[in-house]
Amino acid sequence: MSDKLYKALLFLTALIMPIVCGGVVYALVTDAYDAFEHFGFFKFLTSSDWNYTQGAEQYGALPFITGTLMTTLLALVFCIPFSLPVALFVGEYFKGTKAASVLGTITDLLAGIPSIIYGLWGFYTLRPLIMALNISPQGSGILTASMVLAIMIVPYAASLSTEFIKMVPNDLKEGAYSLGATRAEVVRKIIFPVAGSGIFSSYVLAIGRALGETMTVTMLIGNTNNIPDSITSTGNSMASIIANQFGEADDLRLSSLIAIGLILFLITAIINMIGKMMIKRARIS
Amino acid sequence: MTTTKIKSRLAKDKLMLWSICLFAALTAVPLLAILGEVLLRGYDQLSWQFFTEPTPTAYKAMKAIEAGEPIPGGIANGIVGTMIMLGMAVVFAVPTGILCGAYLAENTKNRFARIVSYLTDLLQGTPSVIIGIITYIWVVVPMKGYSAIAGSVALFIMMLPLIIRSTEETLKILPASLKEAGLALGGNKARVMLKVQLPAAFGGIFTGVLLAISRVIGETAPLMFTALGCSLVRWSIDKPISAVPLLIWEFFNDPNLQELIWGASLFLLLFVLTLNLTAKYLAKKWNQ
Repeated sequence: MSDKLYKALLFLTALIMPIVCGGVVYALVTDAYDAFEHFGFFKFLTSSDWNYTQGAEQYGALPFITGTLMTTLLALVFCIPFSLPVALFVGEYFKGTKAASVLGTITDLLAGIPSIIYGLWGFYTLRPLIMALNISPQGSGILTASMVLAIMIVPYAASLSTEFIKMVPNDLKEGAYSLGATRAEVVRKIIFPVAGSGIFSSYVLAIGRALGETMTVTMLIGNTNNIPDSITSTGNSMASIIANQFGEADDLRLSSLIAIGLILFLITAIINMIGKMMIKRARIS
Repeated sequence: MTTTKIKSRLAKDKLMLWSICLFAALTAVPLLAILGEVLLRGYDQLSWQFFTEPTPTAYKAMKAIEAGEPIPGGIANGIVGTMIMLGMAVVFAVPTGILCGAYLAENTKNRFARIVSYLTDLLQGTPSVIIGIITYIWVVVPMKGYSAIAGSVALFIMMLPLIIRSTEETLKILPASLKEAGLALGGNKARVMLKVQLPAAFGGIFTGVLLAISRVIGETAPLMFTALGCSLVRWSIDKPISAVPLLIWEFFNDPNLQELIWGASLFLLLFVLTLNLTAKYLAKKWNQ
């Protein structure tokens, strides 16, 4: 094969990415168009009605956007107290030891568990626990979904944070030790300031993961189409309303679900782009 | 006074160490809890029949429960469906992904390559439920029906960015001298890629493919809108077909079939985690 042909072959295969991604955006926009045209873009975003009685059809995305943001942010809050210690354990305190590699394997396995199995575990173990503790009467809801979601994103946040914590130059740490700093002080005064932006970006990417997580949330959030008024109440996320109703929807409802898909796609794309940009910047500095 | 201050600093240091150990160790709890629950509730369902027979109807299952017998049937329809869809996705995703990855590794400064690289990230971050919607619009609507083809297209789109990235990264960390030596011997770029670079990168690419498979094999949401599910063992690719994760979702929603959840989950979990650990082990071995 000549160099020219080889180059052309590689180029042509690489064209698949713009075609697929362009196709994704094109298909979502054209199929969501009906809903946006019927209700108006801003009205669709801010309306909280979800009514599919024939003749009085009214769809709005606000409850699901709220549900997604609540589960994601709550999951982030629950995730930090575990992922940060894991990152410090693997990347600093026990760097390169057997214990670190065991913990690394544990988080790898956590990342490998399919989301439907997380959902089952949440439904059959965590939900009864929450009912028994009298936190919420029905057990499922924003809180339950976020707790399981938090476990699911720990591996992503931890592995990237570890990488940045490992990259903190040794001479900075040694300098602090030689001035009499304790290890806790080195972590707080050297590692966090130096690796901070990298650690932060790993959480941005973890948010990107949590936003689109479907099965776990669908099985645990309670599936009601209202704006959740507290963290223990039930609701629906953008992904879970699609998973619940896509199969039975047609016409305007289908278009509205695809419109919600488009919004979800755009939010995740923006969050991921910000995260990647921050990582690039953190790596250079 | 200074001694008390030093003491409190040392105490803080110790507290930090212990709390880090404690919270890091706590992350093992959900893993053990999930493995334990699935193992304990699922192991007695695994039998020869569980892997060779299709899912029973809800009526048959109800009768069996009423008679106090174990539910007849298994998940053979799901296993066959998963294998067919995964097989088709792998056959198309591996060559495409490797060529795309080779393109990205060879053209680092080119503008189009940067766009492709950015789009790879975009696709990798796209929620799987959206891949499901897209495949529904692209394949299910024009074909006027759910099919194994649609399911495998969804899996293909999800595997592609993973394989591209692992190929690109493996090719990039190969020493430049390897490629230069090949070119100096008179091979053209295609030959050097095929005979020198790809064989040298085989380990990394293979691991990447294994990880990509383990990532998509448990995917449920995209298959719900594309493969739909089917209670028969089917070998045709233009009709609705089942998959193991789809069956788990079905069992979850059907009170009569709930007993089958754990066996199916145990099978899926063991399969995914074994793939995962094998990939990690091979990566470590090949890196040495």
